[in-house]
Amino acid sequence: MVIKSPKDFWAGVMFIAFGAGMAAIALTNYQMGSAVRMGPAYFPTVLGGILAALGLILFMRSLVLKGGKVPAFSFRPLLLILFAVLLFGYTLKPLGLLGATLLLVFVSAYGGHEFKWKEVAILYVALFIFSVVVFVKGLTLPFPICPAPLEDFCRF
Amino acid sequence: MEILSNLALGFGVALSPFNLLMCLVGVLLGTLIGVLPGVGPVATIAMLLPITFNLNPIAALIMLAGIYYGAQYGGSTTAILVNLPGESSSVVTCLDGYQMARQGRAGPALATAALGSFFAGCVATLIVAMFAPPLAEVALKFGPSEYFSLMVLGLVAAVVLAHGSLIKAIAMVILGLMLGLVGTDVNSGVLRFAFGIAELADGIGFVTVAMGMFGLAEIIANLEHKGTREVFTSKVKHLWPTKEDFKRIWAPVLRGTFLGSALGILPGGGALLASFGAYTLEKKVSKNSAEFGKGAIEGVAAPESANNAGAQTSFIPLLTLGIPSNAVMALMIGAMMIQGIAPGPQVMTERPQLFWGMIASMWLGNLMLVVLNLPLIGLWIKLLTVPYRILYPSILVFMCIGVFSLSNNPFDCVLMAAFGLLGYICVKLECEPAPLILGFILGPLMEENLRRAMLLSRGDPLVFFQKPISATFLVVSIILLVIIALPNIRKKREEVFVEET
Repeated sequence: MVIKSPKDFWAGVMFIAFGAGMAAIALTNYQMGSAVRMGPAYFPTVLGGILAALGLILFMRSLVLKGGKVPAFSFRPLLLILFAVLLFGYTLKPLGLLGATLLLVFVSAYGGHEFKWKEVAILYVALFIFSVVVFVKGLTLPFPICPAPLEDFCRF
Repeated sequence: MEILSNLALGFGVALSPFNLLMCLVGVLLGTLIGVLPGVGPVATIAMLLPITFNLNPIAALIMLAGIYYGAQYGGSTTAILVNLPGESSSVVTCLDGYQMARQGRAGPALATAALGSFFAGCVATLIVAMFAPPLAEVALKFGPSEYFSLMVLGLVAAVVLAHGSLIKAIAMVILGLMLGLVGTDVNSGVLRFAFGIAELADGIGFVTVAMGMFGLAEIIANLEHKGTREVFTSKVKHLWPTKEDFKRIWAPVLRGTFLGSALGILPGGGALLASFGAYTLEKKVSKNSAEFGKGAIEGVAAPESANNAGAQTSFIPLLTLGIPSNAVMALMIGAMMIQGIAPGPQVMTERPQLFWGMIASMWLGNLMLVVLNLPLIGLWIKLLTVPYRILYPSILVFMCIGVFSLSNNPFDCVLMAAFGLLGYICVKLECEPAPLILGFILGPLMEENLRRAMLLSRGDPLVFFQKPISATFLVVSIILLVIIALPNIRKKREEVFVEET
């Protein structure tokens, strides 16, 4: 088996996995019902089947037709940006905007090509002030501004 | 003259100070993100959706609409001055606009884009006002089978007009449909695909999907390549086009406007398709077709008018049928649902103020754009010099705050990151994310209408072909798919999208 079109091959694999997987979950866990009264499994099973079939076509085609290679993944921005988003999500409540924005800005900036401490620090301060003024004060989003122990220090 | 009284009602709503302010905010934001390469209207509208919870529905929709057509204005500025499409629909404007800038004619190119867009905006507003009511009346008679078939047609058209592989686009639509089914099934109350995660009971928020697939994935992909930009800032002096220019642009502007309006109404259409179509047409019919690609002013006038017209007329299917024709319209449907408005033909009769207010605001927004933008070009140029390394952490902060505020739960950030990863993989595998978003929005609606139609027909699937309107939609969908699968036409279609990029 020679893969002639890696892009199609992997896209095919992805669609087969999603389609077959979701159809299998639907079939084993939910009721199928009939065409008149469709159960919760009906629509997902049909869609999953179609998706897997399309994936299979791509898969087969990739063995016959020549196509493009999958471009290399850049893991540094990918991982750092996704990590920064997760960090923000889980630190916003304990550390407030002060801490969560700090982590988000610095980690994500580190994922880029150039990282200048001073520039990123200024950007962080500006974004923090902007977020507090616009989102917390202006749009009254219920976000903590500071970490809980420091709350008394930052009342604006 | 019902139209006049309707428009008067609309202007009454749109001219209230708060709505005017929201319109201004929308078009300014739209221009801003249009100017900034790497920030698209889909991600921006997704980012702002949580904020619109606090606004009244009319103001919210006026602002969001302003972002979309404002982005068409802004995108041209970047295309002309930096040879980077600030917006995907300005890709073709780069070709001649940038050449004009290199010849020292950036000013007239910018003015042509702005004036052409304004003219197109005026015409498109009238078209929306004229065609939306009769369409809505027809749509009121639709039953579940008609709706199901219409959605099939909408999705098929979106797939056919998307660029790239047809099979991949269909697969992305279906993947989107399936992701839309996550959560509690309305008919049986069964929790589907929730894997024991309590947060998934209400389904996956489309804001999270859109921000992940478009926003995050775009940022990560942009960080891969370093770009150097050459900005023609000093050369923007005399803005006004010459008499000769005006003579050359009036016909392309007209053709662009009408082609753009027509392509915008089509399901799957919108600004992107309109600008490509108009450029190709203009290249064919123009007397100066040899000049195209070397700074022909027609090559700026036609696509810029077309993309603005298309951006506006793509509201017609949304407002009358409740069916989104592209990813931005899918988000607008989401915005309406957030506000408790069921999108569909009844919006016009039940909430005439919202309907006509939005249409009137489009014209006002276009006026604001042309009045504000020409003097503000200097400011936009300054913004262009902001490096991406400053820009993207800022976008991330706004995206994270927006997503977190959806339910004050870190889980939404996790979901956004997951969709960011999926979006990035899709970029690498050349799978377009836009069809997925359309499918995602339509998934639950399609299932609901399919179930109802089958229940009414006692399980006979032929019902979709027995009702004339429904049958027409399905036959058109099938014809579209067959045509596009024919080898000759497929090659042609790929050429159209490849040629200009």
